[in-house]
Amino acid sequence: MSDDAVDTRRRRFLTGTTVVIGGIGAAFAAVPFVSSFQPSAKAKAIGAPVEVDVSKLEPGQRIIQKWRGKPVWVVRRTPEMIEDLKSLDGGALRDPESAESVQPEYAKNAWRSDKPEFLVLVGVCTHLGCSPSFVPELSAAGVKQPWKGGFFCPCHGSQFDLAGRVYSGVPAPTNMDVPPYRFVNDTKIVVGEDKGDAA
Amino acid sequence: MNAIVRQLTGLRDWVDDRFPLMSLWNDHMGQYYAPKNFNFWYYFGVFSLVTFVIQILTGIWLVMNYKPDGATAFASVEYIMRDVEWGWLIRYMHSTGASAFFIVIYLHMFRGMLYGSYKQPRELIWILGMLLYLSLMAEAFMGYLLPWGQMSFWGAQVIISLFGAIPMIGETLTEWIRGDYVVSDITLNRFFSLHVIALPFAIAGLVLLHIIALHEVGSNNPDGVEIKKTKGADGKPLDGIPFHPYYSVKDFAGIIVFLMLFSAVVFFAPEMGGYFLEANNFIPANPMQTPLHIAPVWYFTPYYSILRANTINFFFIDAKLWGVIFMGLGVMAFFFLPWLDRSPVKSIRYRGGLYKTILGIFVVCFLILGYLGLLPPTEGRTLVAQICTVIYFLFFLLMPIYTKLDKTKPVPDRVTT
Amino acid sequence: MRTLLIAILLCCVSVAANAESGHGGPKMLNANVDLGNTESLQRGAKLFVNYCVSCHSANYMRYGRVAADLGIPEDVMKANMMFTTDKIGEPMQIAMKPTDAEAWFGVTPPDLSVVARSRGPDWLFSFLNGFYLDPAKPTGVNNIYFPSTAMPHVLAELQGLNRAVFETETQHDVEVQVFKQFESERPGTLDDTAYRKATRDLVNFLVYVGEPAKLVRYALGVKVIAFLLVLWIVAYALKREYWKDVH
Repeated sequence: MSDDAVDTRRRRFLTGTTVVIGGIGAAFAAVPFVSSFQPSAKAKAIGAPVEVDVSKLEPGQRIIQKWRGKPVWVVRRTPEMIEDLKSLDGGALRDPESAESVQPEYAKNAWRSDKPEFLVLVGVCTHLGCSPSFVPELSAAGVKQPWKGGFFCPCHGSQFDLAGRVYSGVPAPTNMDVPPYRFVNDTKIVVGEDKGDAA
Repeated sequence: MNAIVRQLTGLRDWVDDRFPLMSLWNDHMGQYYAPKNFNFWYYFGVFSLVTFVIQILTGIWLVMNYKPDGATAFASVEYIMRDVEWGWLIRYMHSTGASAFFIVIYLHMFRGMLYGSYKQPRELIWILGMLLYLSLMAEAFMGYLLPWGQMSFWGAQVIISLFGAIPMIGETLTEWIRGDYVVSDITLNRFFSLHVIALPFAIAGLVLLHIIALHEVGSNNPDGVEIKKTKGADGKPLDGIPFHPYYSVKDFAGIIVFLMLFSAVVFFAPEMGGYFLEANNFIPANPMQTPLHIAPVWYFTPYYSILRANTINFFFIDAKLWGVIFMGLGVMAFFFLPWLDRSPVKSIRYRGGLYKTILGIFVVCFLILGYLGLLPPTEGRTLVAQICTVIYFLFFLLMPIYTKLDKTKPVPDRVTT
Repeated sequence: MRTLLIAILLCCVSVAANAESGHGGPKMLNANVDLGNTESLQRGAKLFVNYCVSCHSANYMRYGRVAADLGIPEDVMKANMMFTTDKIGEPMQIAMKPTDAEAWFGVTPPDLSVVARSRGPDWLFSFLNGFYLDPAKPTGVNNIYFPSTAMPHVLAELQGLNRAVFETETQHDVEVQVFKQFESERPGTLDDTAYRKATRDLVNFLVYVGEPAKLVRYALGVKVIAFLLVLWIVAYALKREYWKDVH
């Protein structure tokens, strides 16, 4: 061995090139392994959009439908309930305009829904994932005032109004999520597809 | 830049004060002197390590979606092949990896035989390697049950039944292995556990021991010359070069070529004409119906041929038991090579024509046995298998004699290039 | 038990040996399918859902995947090709219960998800072209490539019905019936060429269903190997550079 004719620059260059190209290769090789963690076709099929028939839903009532393994609520609000939503504002609510909350564009309004009459919510508390109870009664005990009916989380006492908007001073940070949904007709909602998605 | 280097050096020193980082690096890479005359045959050690890593990685990912349950195993494999993103690639890498593992291991073993790498002082490396080979066979056999296709099922059924040939305890033993009266969901579950936990651990441990033992005595080389015998003034072998960077860059280039061939199979011929993935294994396991033609996967076929070759009863033992005994001996015979080979030289380069001829005949017989094991037996084929089996065993039995008779050439003091 | 198993094994093997060694029936036809031909795959898919899925499932294949891979719009798929479900993500299942199937046909019609991988395209193509009239069979037909198959000739309306012409030959001192050719008894809606084309499309689709990844794996393989080649060139240059030291 002799060190006299070593071209250090060439060695550095070739080492660097090999490391870079090899690194790119390793990154590409990692893609299948990382991607395989994504929901599989089966999970997607199970989590496919679901239809909710609201023809038998009475005003003031709620039905629960499973979508992607989570409870999705559809509440048919009475005109009074819709009216009451206006009386709650920044004083009682943390995010009345839904600025920091998750909802499709067509539900980013005062009643947080496409049609004021029907509220569609992912029934999961934005605090730690419990499912709040539906408390439509105005006379409910142990809730923060002003109470106009809404949802109360039994885990840590977060409470939401009948638009899923979170109250101030409770642990939950944001309003409850509104999933993408669209009306197929007046009595049928598809949860999981956005308004405007062609069927 | 310099600040970063200084920081990294600092970190290294911090670790080195608490862990033998640099001495490990030097013992096995930076200051491990390997003979400078390694040839093509010396790639297969590192290739088997690469294959092992591929198998472990893809295996971990397969287990995420595979279900070790008789009712759902087959479907879960197809689920991986279709529904899981990139699942097909991960599965094909694993199935191709199994065959690739045996290809590189057989070539690695043959290298050892070519250059006398098992001879003193490397007997223990050879024995550890043989234990690895046995573990790998067990690993492959158990892994093959998991897709729960017809070949999985019937292959396992037949191989487990071999143990039934053992007198007295045979029947009990097979039931103990299966945990049932036939290969069943219970068998599948325990094979799964052994395949993904126990044997990989054993193989990883043995690989470590194999390498530690190798680095203790130093690598052999195509000349069979001990490079440690001629050291320079600095105490380093004159014919040795540090493993890093010389062999690390060389092996890296070699690994890329290996990966190209590996990818060619994975992407263009994952079934390899039915030898890597058998057509009948795309039919779910059915205990009521044996496929018309069943053969083990190619890497077991030489021994399967030996098993079938014995058709006569002698010494009060029936032919079937002899078949099993010969099959076992056929694998075990390799363990004894270090002591059977009495030649004064290691490498084929300095051996005489006698040994070269005999080794050549042995290799041909091994390949013929492997080929015949894939085919259904006929009278003619059985006869050929019998002849090859006899030659196979004579190769080992007569080795002490012919390696002594062989006219060897003088071995140089230094390696040639 | 063990003796039995080994005996079974040896029997099977010898049966296979005999089967292989000669009069195992006529030579298979060559399916010669082309996975790159998307239109053929689409036609095959249509035949599959119309003629096969009434009895055979493809439980591992989802309608949505077929639609996406073969470029069929989802609404077209839903309207024209899905008869057992209205959910695009569902697999191609059948309404028939396995027990009913067994009562009707004597066997459960096998799932066809991976049939192209276990039987091979040539066998499938031959089978679909191998039906002939045989009044002795409960279905009224027999198959030259799968004698006594329980499957009726579902594609008879397309192919029509054939008679098989056998000739008696003496092979190894034994008289055997050797298949010579088919003769049309009653024409179907397709002529010979069109029927072959249709069955080729169907087999093509089954090959795709057997391994959907096949559509992408060749192209990806070329890229991977090309990349490795580039990496090898640099790695080899690096090796050469370092090995200048070694004399």
